[in-house]
Amino acid sequence: MRLGLVIDLDTCVGCHACATACKEWNASSITAPLTDYDPYGQEPSGVWFNRVRHYEVGEYPNNKTINFPMSCMHCENAECVTVCPTGASYKRPEDGIVLVDQDKCMGCNYCSWACPYGARELDHESGTMKKCTLCVDRIYDQELPVEERQPACVLACPAHARLFGDLDDAESTVSRTVRDRGGYALMPELNYNPTNQYLPPRVRPAIATNDLARPSLARKVKEWVNRVVER
Amino acid sequence: MNPSLAVIFLTLFSGSGFGLMAIVALVNDFHIDGGLSPLRTVVAVVLALILVTIGMVSSTAHLANPKNAWRAFTRWRTSWLAREGVFAVLFYPVAITYLGWVFFTNKDQDSVALVLGNASAVLALVTIFCQGMIYACLRTIRQWHTPLVPANFYVLGLALGATLLASIRLMLAGPDRTLIGIALSFLLAAAIMKAIYYFWIGRPSGTTLQTATGLSRGKVRLLDQGHTFGTFLTREFSNSITPIAAVRFKVVVYVVGFMIPAGLLALGLYEPLGILAILAPLSAFIGIGVERYLFFVEAQHVVNLYHGRAPASMPMMHPNLRANPTAEQPPRRLVPSYQKR
Repeated sequence: MRLGLVIDLDTCVGCHACATACKEWNASSITAPLTDYDPYGQEPSGVWFNRVRHYEVGEYPNNKTINFPMSCMHCENAECVTVCPTGASYKRPEDGIVLVDQDKCMGCNYCSWACPYGARELDHESGTMKKCTLCVDRIYDQELPVEERQPACVLACPAHARLFGDLDDAESTVSRTVRDRGGYALMPELNYNPTNQYLPPRVRPAIATNDLARPSLARKVKEWVNRVVER
Repeated sequence: MNPSLAVIFLTLFSGSGFGLMAIVALVNDFHIDGGLSPLRTVVAVVLALILVTIGMVSSTAHLANPKNAWRAFTRWRTSWLAREGVFAVLFYPVAITYLGWVFFTNKDQDSVALVLGNASAVLALVTIFCQGMIYACLRTIRQWHTPLVPANFYVLGLALGATLLASIRLMLAGPDRTLIGIALSFLLAAAIMKAIYYFWIGRPSGTTLQTATGLSRGKVRLLDQGHTFGTFLTREFSNSITPIAAVRFKVVVYVVGFMIPAGLLALGLYEPLGILAILAPLSAFIGIGVERYLFFVEAQHVVNLYHGRAPASMPMMHPNLRANPTAEQPPRRLVPSYQKR
């Protein structure tokens, strides 16, 4: 079994709901707390497992905003685990989830140097490295209804841009989606063989702007007034 | 990368200590300049142990949770960091036994002393290799992922050790011609190796924001990094210096790290320097310390690409290959997103 996420860059709206749901769940989860530094001050910062970045691809008018959530890719060739000197970082053989044993970590940052995806963040309060657990304490919880045994980020996504499943099973929903949509892994040239896959944005023709009706005189006056008069 | 003093001191001081140990064994093996006397051997080995200890102690300063540091020896099968720890700890008993044997028997040329001395030297050299591989095995940092890194660690450590030993000899006014020759050769080799490294890292790398995001249909640029202020990732990985500053630092490395020590040692061949000979290793330590600072600050982790940062401190990179060729330097302080609008 190789559990992971499939993220649809076509439908992601960049609302950060996955990131906040992740923070909310994991702030009281197995690697809790996720310390915040200066949360209400001038320079708020803190530990997050999932970060959403926003990119623009292409040139106007053929451009598009791509919202890009990134968390641990639970790589098959997880170098963060091989470089760890203490044995705190480990990859579970049964489902491929990469975890950090908080009791063994000495906070040397070496695993974060080995991670190309920026998935690991040091908690300065506990002095240990923390990372996405794929909500390992949700997905196997027999007390939860079956449909809720998914990572918090997947459940929170309002656009259904995140899918969770077994990427080793060729007929699972995630594997079929990756096949149909041409899903890809990030930075394949580094050969980390990440489990998480990204579905590319669909190609759509640019919306034409040259066939619009010429604005009327009243419209032109309104636009001029809007520009001149300050709110 | 964040040029933390703890890691700079670790590689600088323990590298020079291990280098000194290797040079001591070499000098005693081949009777270079008559070999070292037992007392001088003791002084040199004590100095090597002190330098290694300064490095090891300062390395624990960068741990966020040092109470688990003892676990760092457990994963030597996969981790170069664990291997470095194991060999560094193995070095101590062997080197201390060597020290004790030479001190109490007052012999440094009998077979026991030679075996112990060479065993310490081999352990020292293996530890330098592990130390270099800690950095060279990381595929995420192109400036480090090269065989030149352990090679540089070797020549710089041996150059520091040889400069130290030669300057001790100069102060004690012993026979010193070959010893100075060895130190000058290592300083020259280190300068050349470092030049090869600096030319190598100036080349543009293959990974770009396009391959990092997989969005190959057009030019990709960062709109928003998704957080108002710095994160662990920006603090740890986004240090860099301007190309002009990098060139200035490299001039300092070559003048203070290699030319001044080499000049002083060469001068010592003709003039008695006395206590002034201490300036040669002092200058070499400062220059190679600056070299170590550059080694860290010039290393650019690939995660910087996701924050829209191209390798800006690469003087030889063509402007068109940088991610955002026309953009000015980013502000030092991050601007919160509500102020941008």
